[in-house]
Amino acid sequence: MNEEWCLGCHLCEYFCAFVNSGEKYMPKAFALNRQNVPNITVEEGDRINFAVNCRQCDEPLCKKGCITGAISVKDGVVTIDTEKCVGCFTCILSCPYGAVVPNKEGKAAKKCELCISNGGIPACVTNCPNRAIVLEEVY
Amino acid sequence: MKYVIIGNSAAAVGAIEGIRQVDKDGGIVVISKEKYHTYSRPLISYLIQGKVTEDKMYYRPLSFYEENNCKVMLGEEAVRIIPDKKEVELKGGKSVKYDKLLVATGSKPFIVPTEGLDGVENKFTFMSYDDAKSLEASITPDTRVLIVGAGLIGLKCAEGLNKKVKSITVVDLADRVLSSILDEKGSEIMKKHLENAGIEIILSDSVKAYEKNMATLNSGRKVPFDILVIAIGVRPNVELVKEAGGKVNRGIVTDEFQMTSIKDVYAAGDCTESLDISCNEQKILALLPNAYMQGEVAGKNMAGDKVKYEKAIPMNAIGFFGLHIITAGSYRGESYEFIGENSYKRLFINDNRLVGYIMIGEINRAGIYTSLIKDKVDLSTIDMGLLLQKPNLMMFPKDVRKQKLGVGHR
Ligand SMILES: Cc1cc2nc3c(=O)[nH]c(=O)nc-3n(C[C@H](O)[C@H](O)[C@H](O)COP(=O)(O)OP(=O)(O)OC[C@H]3O[C@@H](n4cnc5c(N)ncnc54)[C@H](O)[C@@H]3O)c2cc1C
Repeated sequence: MNEEWCLGCHLCEYFCAFVNSGEKYMPKAFALNRQNVPNITVEEGDRINFAVNCRQCDEPLCKKGCITGAISVKDGVVTIDTEKCVGCFTCILSCPYGAVVPNKEGKAAKKCELCISNGGIPACVTNCPNRAIVLEEVY
Repeated sequence: MKYVIIGNSAAAVGAIEGIRQVDKDGGIVVISKEKYHTYSRPLISYLIQGKVTEDKMYYRPLSFYEENNCKVMLGEEAVRIIPDKKEVELKGGKSVKYDKLLVATGSKPFIVPTEGLDGVENKFTFMSYDDAKSLEASITPDTRVLIVGAGLIGLKCAEGLNKKVKSITVVDLADRVLSSILDEKGSEIMKKHLENAGIEIILSDSVKAYEKNMATLNSGRKVPFDILVIAIGVRPNVELVKEAGGKVNRGIVTDEFQMTSIKDVYAAGDCTESLDISCNEQKILALLPNAYMQGEVAGKNMAGDKVKYEKAIPMNAIGFFGLHIITAGSYRGESYEFIGENSYKRLFINDNRLVGYIMIGEINRAGIYTSLIKDKVDLSTIDMGLLLQKPNLMMFPKDVRKQKLGVGHR
């Protein structure tokens, strides 16, 4: 995430919520009473804006702290099994980036899984008009 | 190398995963009094509530032991550690040899001897899968339940049983609910919320005597019940280490590598004491994330690594009837309170550091506050206005922010 380039336009949030909503048509994902929650959060400042999503930590505190064993790492992606998650939000308590959020029903936690199940290219990356968000492996 | 682990829960699983990060081959033997595949203890209340089915109780997949090449002895109890022989003796006479041993025995319910308690037929504790199963088998829609203890376990039990029984009364000696994690205002909010859900709460009172199906409280009040659940608190299982000559205070004492005072004997989880870095005091932190992380550090060190466990703090995320609480650290120093329509927040700042917080209702991104406590961040580098507002990364200086957004915990 390159904060110098972020316009604070929130498109990443919209696209994230849309592609993870299961809807095919974008307006439907945002129709009344369907407030889909994005897995990315834009922080706006006076001059600076940036988007925050999961860093896919090598030592994920969310996984270590998970009380049910719902969080695992699959091919480098930190993944929440929503079937096993009971929504205690110990992961929200643990994540130093604030990158885990309650789902729209508030019953389970969710987070960025790099659009693995949406074709593999993160929608926030492809739809960022200023290329502030990039997908890079960091060692 | 042969590793032996006593216990089969969060700390033990942390240790197995820790060992396997360092040593793929050494044999691991797990000795477990409980006869179940490793399960998530906190889920027992969700089980009786019907929110979790038995196949979802497990803390790790059923293939876990096999994948990690562990030999598991379910239903076996360790009764003695013999450090000179590097041996663990089991009930029934068998023994198991170790090169490195981990004691991850957790805690047991604390029961205050009370007049007439022995005569109460239907009494339970609420700590284990078996407790949940037998409790579930004993209730009917007509059951009146009395729970002694308005802490996390007692109230989770109340939530689980609610709607499944006729009535639930919770009694606690403290003058407020969840007194170990909340301040007065927070307790008040939760008490109202629990009462709205139909749970009766009696505070500043305790049971003086039981008489079959009637409890007489110190105040003289009488509470009839069909089922009694005792959830006053827990005590660490320290006996094995104590009897082997290891150092024990309230919990088992370890160094920062999780080794006890006995060579090659490690300990982790609810049975130990940790250094709470938010206030620099030794404490028993009976919490699952702490158990897992201590176990993982112990496991790595048992396998020859040298890593420290040095960021322990109390921290809780828990919800009741849809209202969520997240708390962390210790409540001292100067405090800042924020009361919203459906939320409550209080931050505690001491020595120019965030040392604790309470969040009820609005809990989003709380982990950023947790990280400020754990990393002992000097607040003079932080935008205080933003800190007080809500958890965010904008409050950090630019270089820290850039590092967080680009590199992360690697
Ligand atoms: C109802 C309930 C709700 C909870 N909710 C939460 C929550 O929301 N968040 C949270 O952080 N924590 C919660 N906890 C606490 C959490 O469950 C514990 O912190 C965690 O399980 C500790 O793990 P542990 O491995 O140290 O010990 P334990 O889980 O206690 O396991 C110890 C194991 O060792 C076995 N054992 C003991 N002695 C011997 C012996 N001599 N030989 C062989 N085996 C032995 C025991 O049978 C047990 O299986 C909850 C606890 C309860 C009871």
